[in-house]
Amino acid sequence: MTRTQGTTLPTVEDALALGLTRAEYELVCEKQGGRAPNLLELAMYSLLWSEHCAYKHSRKLLRTLPTEGEHVVMGPGENAGAVDVGGGLVCAFKVESHNHPSAVEPFQGAATGVGGILRDIFAVGARPIAVLDSLRFGESSSPRSRYLLDGAVAGIGHYGNSIGVPTVGGEVYFEAPYEHNCLVNVMALGLAARGRLVRSAASGPGNALVLFGASTGRDGIGGASVLASAELGAQDDGAQDKRPTVQVGDPFEEKKLMECSLELLDRGLLVALQDLGAAGLTSSAGEMASKGGVGLDIDVAKVPLREPDMEPFEVMVSESQERMLCVVEPANVEAVMELCQKWEVGGAAIGEVTAGGQLRVLLDGQLLGEMPVAALVDECPLYDLDPRKPEKPIYPPPPATAELSYASPPRELLLALLSSSNLCSRRALFEQYDSIVQSRTVRGPEQADAAVLALADSSALAVSIDCNGRRVAADPYTGTVAAVLECAANLACVGAEPLGTTNNLNFANPEKPHVAWQMTESVRGLGDACRALRAPIVGGNVSLYNEGATGPIYPTPVIGMVGRLPDARRAGRTGFAHPGDEIALAGPLRHSLAASELAKLLGEPLPDGLPEIDIDAVVAAQLAVGEAVRAGALSSAHDVAEGGVALALAECCLSGGLGAQVELPEGLWEPAPLPPPPDPASRDAVPPLLTAALFGEGSGSFLVSGEAAAVRALGERVAVLTIGRVGDDVLSINEGGALAGTTLTLTLDELAQAYAALGELFS
Amino acid sequence: MKFGVLQFPGSCDEVDALHAAGKVGEAQLIWHRDRDLGGADAIVVPGGFSYGDYLRAGAIARFSPAMESVIEFAHEGGLVLGICNGFQVLCEARLLPGALLANTNLRFTSRLLELDVVRTDTAFTRACAPGVAPDGADAGQLTLRIPAKHAWGRYYADAETLAAIEGAGQVVLRYAPGQNFNGSLHDIAGVRNERGNVFGLMPHPEHAVDELIGGSCDGLKIFESMRSAIEAAALA
Repeated sequence: MTRTQGTTLPTVEDALALGLTRAEYELVCEKQGGRAPNLLELAMYSLLWSEHCAYKHSRKLLRTLPTEGEHVVMGPGENAGAVDVGGGLVCAFKVESHNHPSAVEPFQGAATGVGGILRDIFAVGARPIAVLDSLRFGESSSPRSRYLLDGAVAGIGHYGNSIGVPTVGGEVYFEAPYEHNCLVNVMALGLAARGRLVRSAASGPGNALVLFGASTGRDGIGGASVLASAELGAQDDGAQDKRPTVQVGDPFEEKKLMECSLELLDRGLLVALQDLGAAGLTSSAGEMASKGGVGLDIDVAKVPLREPDMEPFEVMVSESQERMLCVVEPANVEAVMELCQKWEVGGAAIGEVTAGGQLRVLLDGQLLGEMPVAALVDECPLYDLDPRKPEKPIYPPPPATAELSYASPPRELLLALLSSSNLCSRRALFEQYDSIVQSRTVRGPEQADAAVLALADSSALAVSIDCNGRRVAADPYTGTVAAVLECAANLACVGAEPLGTTNNLNFANPEKPHVAWQMTESVRGLGDACRALRAPIVGGNVSLYNEGATGPIYPTPVIGMVGRLPDARRAGRTGFAHPGDEIALAGPLRHSLAASELAKLLGEPLPDGLPEIDIDAVVAAQLAVGEAVRAGALSSAHDVAEGGVALALAECCLSGGLGAQVELPEGLWEPAPLPPPPDPASRDAVPPLLTAALFGEGSGSFLVSGEAAAVRALGERVAVLTIGRVGDDVLSINEGGALAGTTLTLTLDELAQAYAALGELFS
Repeated sequence: MKFGVLQFPGSCDEVDALHAAGKVGEAQLIWHRDRDLGGADAIVVPGGFSYGDYLRAGAIARFSPAMESVIEFAHEGGLVLGICNGFQVLCEARLLPGALLANTNLRFTSRLLELDVVRTDTAFTRACAPGVAPDGADAGQLTLRIPAKHAWGRYYADAETLAAIEGAGQVVLRYAPGQNFNGSLHDIAGVRNERGNVFGLMPHPEHAVDELIGGSCDGLKIFESMRSAIEAAALA
């Protein structure tokens, strides 16, 4: 008999309050051998059977994704996935979200998001070498968005800067659907010697279970179920009542924990290692036991506490930060404790591995609760989605922010785009991050399309993170394909070949058919694109219920991709580099204003569908450009993305400090065919072809510069169109042929002034 | 020539400093609990957050066993370089005048900066002397391109102290015009002690030792200067 079973048992109503359904509660009773669970057991089931821990609405979809490939060393299921990067090294990487905590308290929410993903990396035995972040807020005109942005950026900087891991890249978008539910996704990469990765499976009955790091307090109780697995209500904008469920981070503690963990592994003292994240000890212990097919006994009386009178269930579910759990052979426990002392982190043996397959919680040896590990961790019911494409648009048109139209002068349109909060320079943000510590950063923020990190053998890693949620909202399948291809294009621009992919699927409530449809289509696109690129998914995260009183977020499958280039010295750059170089467009030109940044600025409603992407043609173009960069043939390479060719030209000019004289051939391209608009009567006249040519968006084309011979050579691999020449300190774009005449001329100073618009948010 | 680089539990740039110093001499880490400086000819107190910087940047680090030895080493005339957090530690230890306050923008800020070398007759800038500069810059106004990254880098001293260090020629580096983002008084980026054997600066010379990574090698000049000073002293 367990201690609390003598007293009143929780009822099905209590189970509902903890987030379980009636049917799930009945299943729990069945798994417990026909008896009702006590409070401790119910608390543990409710967390491990939450969406956040059990992936119960996404697991079936995730099984369709490609996870194997020649470079994959460790696939999904571990704390982080890993790919072989040559030279005897592997790179572990993963992206995770901390959305709801950041909506409640942006500084700590974002800071602990960084802390959590770093623990995932060193939990597999890799030393973290870089962080990237992907942020979404409401429109920048909203004071709340600026508050959240400011807090999140400061929090990411506070944690990453203090722990000595550079923040080398990232992205931020401002869109109204994120107003009440911001997104804070953080990706981290780490390096380990091949063969030194450690897994989290507990093994060896009789081995000790050691908890080390910070002590355990009442912070973050119920974070996984209360915060991460339910919609935020309207009252959560202030969200004071949920603030105690947000954890508080201490980067100094994590720094010591990281060094201690890595030294413990170096010395071969650990059998298995696992970090503590959502659902604390419950989740970590459960997962270690489940993976190893063993049982665990945990004595909560042995857990070092911050507050003396914590209830056993609180100890088991606390989300106090900066803690790790490891399995140690009895003979090594003393050596482990000595290393903990060296790094001044707490350490305590709190239990042991057992053969029974039961997770047992004790207090001073007295049994408090007992659950089959398999039931707790692996037997949560998985749900089928009920996907249905919505009949009417889900999202209202974006607010028009510029008094312009498609017929406005291109010069004004370009300045409006360049100074728009989605496209302007991120300098004001990334200057708040240390991007150079660890002396690996060959290309940092805004120097190239992807970050490039040097390795000891003169090769380098490249990494990019990307997703345009508005395009995914317009067409979940094609928009997701585009997000994956965009990441790969960024890698191609620095000369890297993709090795593997991670993803964070940020969606709204999956129980709603239209959200289920977004998820289903998006994951289908993710799989297709990753297969075409041979960049399998090695790990990731799912964040659901991102939905506030005003509706769902844009579906946002954030993609992180890691690649490799053999010679760091040849890493590509965004900026034009040599006056006189030829400028050319390379790759398929199928651009459209549908769901473009310009359409957003003008307040156009989202289209129902995007032009189809020829994935194979795009991948072929990426291969050709990537090879040319790797060969050192090009002076610059930049992918044509948001804002189209005109914005790409402006960015290459600004990044290189050189102007460009461009002539667009008449009838440069026919805009890609679009599905009919949902409400033809509400649409303006068809945009001028020139506007579509300058600002249309699509996958697969690159803006490159180089000597004429190099551009010609590239043309033998992929369609190339020379459009101008680098030089002077103005960007001028002329329309060729019969319509010849200057379309726009802007000095570098004018471009720079517009591009610096984000700085005002921080002044 | 052997550099010793201190390592506190919250140091972040110690490996970078070790790597940079290793380009001009031998270099080894010194654990914060060790009093033994391992026979180092010069000491580098690196950047980072020593003990979390919770009370005040560098306030706790100055009491560490290794720092006690460094203070003694400095009093005996040994060369000590403090970078960023190391500069803060040396100020807290009273080995250098003044203090570092929060940047005027109250934000952590990271930038590649231009620094004017005020004098080249010091143990830390002698390799910056005209004719030695890689780009053959003007003899009068040498400039180094070195990144800075900190939240607490505003150099401050009271008027009397400022007048004294200016009068004694203790200012070694200043932010070039338009580069002083943190609000340092007199644009001071780096100062030395009166005796000239202890030097602290907020920018990170260890992050400007490789053209490929960071686009500047100017930081190497600081480490080369120290080697040159040690070698000159050995010959004397």
